[in-house]
Amino acid sequence: MQFWIIQGLNSLALGGLLFLLASGFSLIFGLMRIANLTHGAFFMLGAYLGANAIRSIDGVNLWTAAAGTGLLVAAAGGLLERLVLRQLSTNPLGQVLVTLGMSFIIADACLMIWGGDPIPVPTPADLRKPLLMFGFAFPTYRVAVVGCAIVAAIALYGLLERTRIGAMIRAGVDDMDMARAIGIPVSALFTAVFCLGAGIAGAGGVLGGPIMSAYPGLDADMLPLALIVVILGGVGSLLGAFVGSFIIGFIYTFGIALLPDLAYVILFLPMIVVIAFRPQGLFGRIGA
Amino acid sequence: MKRISGFLFLALLCVFPLFAGDFYINLVSQILIAAIFAMSLNLLVGYGGLTSLGHASFLGFAAYASAWSTTHMGLGVGTSAVISVLATMVMAGLFGMIALRATGLGFLMITLALSQVLWGLAYRWVAVTNGDNGMSGLARPSPFGISLDSGANYYWFTLVVFVIAYWLMAIFVASAFGSALRGTRDQARRMSALGHDVWMIRWITFIYAGFWGAVSGLLYVYYTKYIHPSSLSITASAEGLLSVIAGGSGTLGGPVVGAALLIILKNYASAYVERWNMLLGFVFLFIVLVLPEGIVPGLKRIFSRRQGGQS
Amino acid sequence: MSASVPALEIINLKKFFGGLPATQDVNLQVMPGERRLIIGPNGAGKTTLFNQITGDFLPTSGQIKLFGTDITRLKPHERAHMGLSRTYQIITLFAKDTLVHNVTLGLLGLSPARWNLFKPLGHYQEMEVEARRVLGLVGLGSMADRLVSEIAYGQKRRVEIAMAMAQKPKLLLLDEPLAGLSAEERTTIKELIAAIPKETTLVMIEHDMDTALDLAETVTLLHYGKVIVDGQRDAVIADEKTREVYLGH
Repeated sequence: MQFWIIQGLNSLALGGLLFLLASGFSLIFGLMRIANLTHGAFFMLGAYLGANAIRSIDGVNLWTAAAGTGLLVAAAGGLLERLVLRQLSTNPLGQVLVTLGMSFIIADACLMIWGGDPIPVPTPADLRKPLLMFGFAFPTYRVAVVGCAIVAAIALYGLLERTRIGAMIRAGVDDMDMARAIGIPVSALFTAVFCLGAGIAGAGGVLGGPIMSAYPGLDADMLPLALIVVILGGVGSLLGAFVGSFIIGFIYTFGIALLPDLAYVILFLPMIVVIAFRPQGLFGRIGA
Repeated sequence: MKRISGFLFLALLCVFPLFAGDFYINLVSQILIAAIFAMSLNLLVGYGGLTSLGHASFLGFAAYASAWSTTHMGLGVGTSAVISVLATMVMAGLFGMIALRATGLGFLMITLALSQVLWGLAYRWVAVTNGDNGMSGLARPSPFGISLDSGANYYWFTLVVFVIAYWLMAIFVASAFGSALRGTRDQARRMSALGHDVWMIRWITFIYAGFWGAVSGLLYVYYTKYIHPSSLSITASAEGLLSVIAGGSGTLGGPVVGAALLIILKNYASAYVERWNMLLGFVFLFIVLVLPEGIVPGLKRIFSRRQGGQS
Repeated sequence: MSASVPALEIINLKKFFGGLPATQDVNLQVMPGERRLIIGPNGAGKTTLFNQITGDFLPTSGQIKLFGTDITRLKPHERAHMGLSRTYQIITLFAKDTLVHNVTLGLLGLSPARWNLFKPLGHYQEMEVEARRVLGLVGLGSMADRLVSEIAYGQKRRVEIAMAMAQKPKLLLLDEPLAGLSAEERTTIKELIAAIPKETTLVMIEHDMDTALDLAETVTLLHYGKVIVDGQRDAVIADEKTREVYLGH
C-alpha cells in the first residue's frame, strides 16, 4: 500500500513539473505556431541557475531562487523571441530549427559551466520531514510541488479567462488574423507569452531540483515528455496540458517502477490512441 | 558537361584510397554513410515537405537490430542485414501511420517524440541494448569472401552502396510517383482532388526513406563496430536535418554536400574544441538566418545568374 | 432509364462548424448533362457545399450520391476516380512547375502510372501529348512550357479549367471561374465553359450573374446554408424570393 501511495505521489509531482513545462510550450505553440524546442533547455537552465543560487548566495532559499530564476529565464526567452524568432516570422520551419540550435547551445553551455556531475538541490529544511497522514508517511516536498503546479494552473487559468490580456491571448489562439484586425497588439503579446512560457519552465526547473537534481541531459529527458503531453492534451489548451501532464506523470512513474525496461514504450500507448482517434488532442480545437 | 564532371568525380572517389592515408579514407567513408542518411531524410523533407526530427530512429534501429541479431541470435551478417532492414521498414510503417496523421509542425513534433521514446528505450532496456555501455564486438560482412576489415576495402564497399543509393533515389525522385510526391508537398489539397491518394503517397515515401535510413544504419554499425543510444538521439536526427538544409533540401546533391561539410566540421572541430553540440547549435543558427536556401541552390542561383548575364 | 438517375443528388445535407450551421437541410438534384448555377450572397454556404461534394469536409448528416452511388463517406481522391472534378475560387496550382506539368499531374491522378516508382513522368508520352492538347483547347498551347508563376492571372484561371477538363470528368464543379477577371477575359472563359461537352455535367458557383446566367439552364439560390429557390433559370430569376435575397428586404 505504501508503494502505491508513494508512487502515486511521485506521479503527481512529476505531473506537476510537466505541467510547468508543457503549459508554456502549449501556449507558445497555440498562439505563435512556434514549436519551441528550447523549452526543455529553459527548464534545465532553470535547474542549474537555481541550484547555484541556493548553494552560493546567502539567504536565497528554494522559493526565492525559483522566482528569481523564473525572471532570468523569462528574460532570456524574451531576447530569443525578439532578436531571433522575430526575424523568421514567415518561416515556421526556420523557427523550429533555431530553437533546436539554441537548445544545443544552452545545453552545452550548461555542461561547460557546471560540468558533467549532477548538482543536487537541497530540499527546503521545513519540508524535509515526512507528512504523516492516515498512518502513512508522505514526502512533504512532493506534496508542495503538486501544490505549486495547481497554484500555477489556477493562476494561468485566471490570467487567460479573467483578464484583458488573457482575452487577447485567447483571441489570438482562436484566430490570429482576426485578432490583428481588431487591434490587439499581437507583437507585444507574442513577446509576453514567450517570456511567460520560458519563465514558468525556468521556475519549474528550480522546483524540480530537489526531486531530480540538475544534470546534463535533463532537457532531453523532459522535452519529449512535454511534447507527448501537448500531443495528448492538444496544443494551445491549458486544460489539455494539465490533464495530459498528470496522465503522463502517472504512466511514466508507474512504468519506471513496474516495468523499468519498457517505461518508454508505455508512453507510446496513450499517444497512439489519441493520435488515432483524436488527432487534435484531448482538449485541442486546432489541429497540430 | 555536368555528366562528365560527375563521372570524373566518381572516378576520383574510386581511386581515392590508392593515394590517400587512412585518416582521409575513413573520413570519406563517414561522409558517404552520412550522405546516404541525409539523402534518405531529404526524400521526406525536400521532396515530401515533411520535416522529420526523428530520422535517426531508422539508422539507430537498424544498427541495433543488426547488432542484436548477430550477437544474441547468432545470425550471419547477411541474414541479419536483411532482417534488420525489413524490421526497420515495418517500424517505419507503424511510425508513419502515427506521424502522418499530422503535417507541418505536428509531424515534426510527433516524429521527435517517437524517436525520443526509442532513444529512451535504448538507454533503459539494458537486457537487450546493454544500455549506456552500448554494444560492441560487432563484425563487418565479407561479401563474396572479401574481407572488409581494412579501411580501404570498407571504403569501396561503402562507395558501391552509396552509388546505388544515389542512383535509385534519383530514379525515385524523377519517377511519376516522385512527381506526385512533389505535388503533395506544394498543393496537397489539389492533389487529392485530382485523384492522388496523398496519405498513401506520403506513407510509401516514409517507408522508402526508412529503408535507406536503415541501409545507412547498417553501414554505420559496420563502420564503427559499435552502437550506442546516442545514435538515436535528437542530436543525430538534427545533424541529418542540418545536412539536408545546409546543402539544399529538395536537390539530389545538396544533402551530400551538407553531410560532407558536417562530417568534416565534426572531425576537424573536435580536434580543437570539445564543444561539438554548441558548434552544431551555432551552425543551425547560421544556416537558418544567413543561408536559408542551402549551399547548393545558393550556388546554383549565382551560377545561373552569371550564365544568364553572358547569353 | 439511366437518364432518370441524377448525376448529383444531395439529400438532407447538414453541416455545422462548431455550433454554427453552414449547410441546412440542403436537397438538390442535378441531372446528367445539366448546367446548374448556384448563386447566393457571400456566406451563403456555396463553397462549403462544394467542399462537401468533393469530400474536403464531411457533412454532419445527410447523403451525397454521384450517379446513384453513395459517396458521402468517400475520400476526395476516391471521388475523383468516380468522375468528379473541381476548380478552385482561389487559384490552387503548382506555381513552380510548367503548365504542361500541372495538367499532366491531373492526368496522372487518374492513371495507374501514379504508383510507378521508376519510370520518369516525362516518359509517359501519351499524357504529355494529351496535356498539351487540352492546353491548346484553352488557348495556352504556346505557353505550355512556361512556369505557372510567370503567367498572368487570367491565364491561371484557364489552367484551372484545363486541369479539370483534362480529366474528362462526368461531373465538374466550377467555383467562381470568372472571379477577378476583366470583361474581355470573362468572355473567353465563358466561351470555354460553353464548349465543354454535354457528357460533362456542370455545377457552377458564380457571382457575375450577367455572364453566368447565359451558361445556366437551372439555378439554385442558397441563403444562410439553405436552398431558397431551385428550378429553371427564368423561373428562379423571376421568383420573388430571389429578389428579396438580392435586392433586400
